[in-house]
Amino acid sequence: MEDEVIKKFLYVNRKAPYGTIYALESLEVVLIGAAFDQDVSLAFIDDGVYQLKKNQQTSVSSGIGVKDFSKTYRALEGYDVEKLYVDKKSMEERGLSEDDFLVDVQVFDEAQMAELMEQQDVVLSF
Amino acid sequence: MLHTVNKSPFDKNSLENCLRFARKGHSILLFEDGIYGALKGTRFETLIAEGLKSSTIYVLVPDLEARGMRMDNVIDGVKATDYAGFVDLSAENKTVQAWL
Amino acid sequence: MKFGILVNEGPYQHQASDSAYQFTKAALEKGHEIYRVFFYHDGVYNASRLTVPPQDDRNIVNRWSDLGKEHNLDMVVCIAAAQRRGLLDENEAKRQGKDANNIAEGFRISGLGQLIEAGIQSERMMVFGD
Repeated sequence: MEDEVIKKFLYVNRKAPYGTIYALESLEVVLIGAAFDQDVSLAFIDDGVYQLKKNQQTSVSSGIGVKDFSKTYRALEGYDVEKLYVDKKSMEERGLSEDDFLVDVQVFDEAQMAELMEQQDVVLSF
Repeated sequence: MLHTVNKSPFDKNSLENCLRFARKGHSILLFEDGIYGALKGTRFETLIAEGLKSSTIYVLVPDLEARGMRMDNVIDGVKATDYAGFVDLSAENKTVQAWL
Repeated sequence: MKFGILVNEGPYQHQASDSAYQFTKAALEKGHEIYRVFFYHDGVYNASRLTVPPQDDRNIVNRWSDLGKEHNLDMVVCIAAAQRRGLLDENEAKRQGKDANNIAEGFRISGLGQLIEAGIQSERMMVFGD
């Protein structure tokens, strides 16, 4: 069956959460996409690394009043989406370390990230 | 692999990051506001010159001309293309990544 | 070759839809196949038939509808993104109890799975956005 083709999908996240909707709607694609049993990876580059920051608080009563969707990144594992890669330079130049993230990620240097990108069949950038 | 960049390098770091991850033999297409990265005399000229050593860089002429520029304004070595050429580049490269 | 096209920005605000249109047209002229054009994020606004641009400007919505008709394109608007932004087809409007619908001819509303499927079935997936 044609549908049984397994392709390498890479979601490239380069935008911070909340300021725009891209991070949230990108995550919605990842969740729906998980049902298709493809080989999925997520890359966090530039301000995209901020999507994974711990302790996001957006309460309606005392905050910006927008749904905190960051917990969804923790649920990804349950959908077999386990390959999350963070660009080392983007992380470091923002003064962040792996301890700042709410999920386990692999920190990739340029060569590793470039290799990951090159292997992909479908790259969806948000 | 084909990378596309549609942002002015003065506005966003898409071009810089694209060049950071582009590897030898890759193609890079500058279109929309991305064409400003292809121009002579800007502070990004050396970055592009460096990128040209390992990648082939293209500029989408309709976007260039729309913005009052011509190929004369473009850094030597950057190649001209159009929408048909954009399609060809996409077909020739297995992976296409948009640096939005 | 089979192309999938993803349009992530609305018309007029950003050039993404224009670029996607020019690319799609050029690909068709070269004899390539467009498996699907998927509209996401503010890209869903490309499907609003209530769009009324000035007469001396291009009509981005009609242009997609015309190209779609001419080449029998599958033009899909993401349902979740569309509902958030007030874009409904006739069925959805009825289901949600709304008094109007605004999807232009040639577009259809469906789920995000259609985007993933386009990625699987197309040989190249092109992303146009901001």
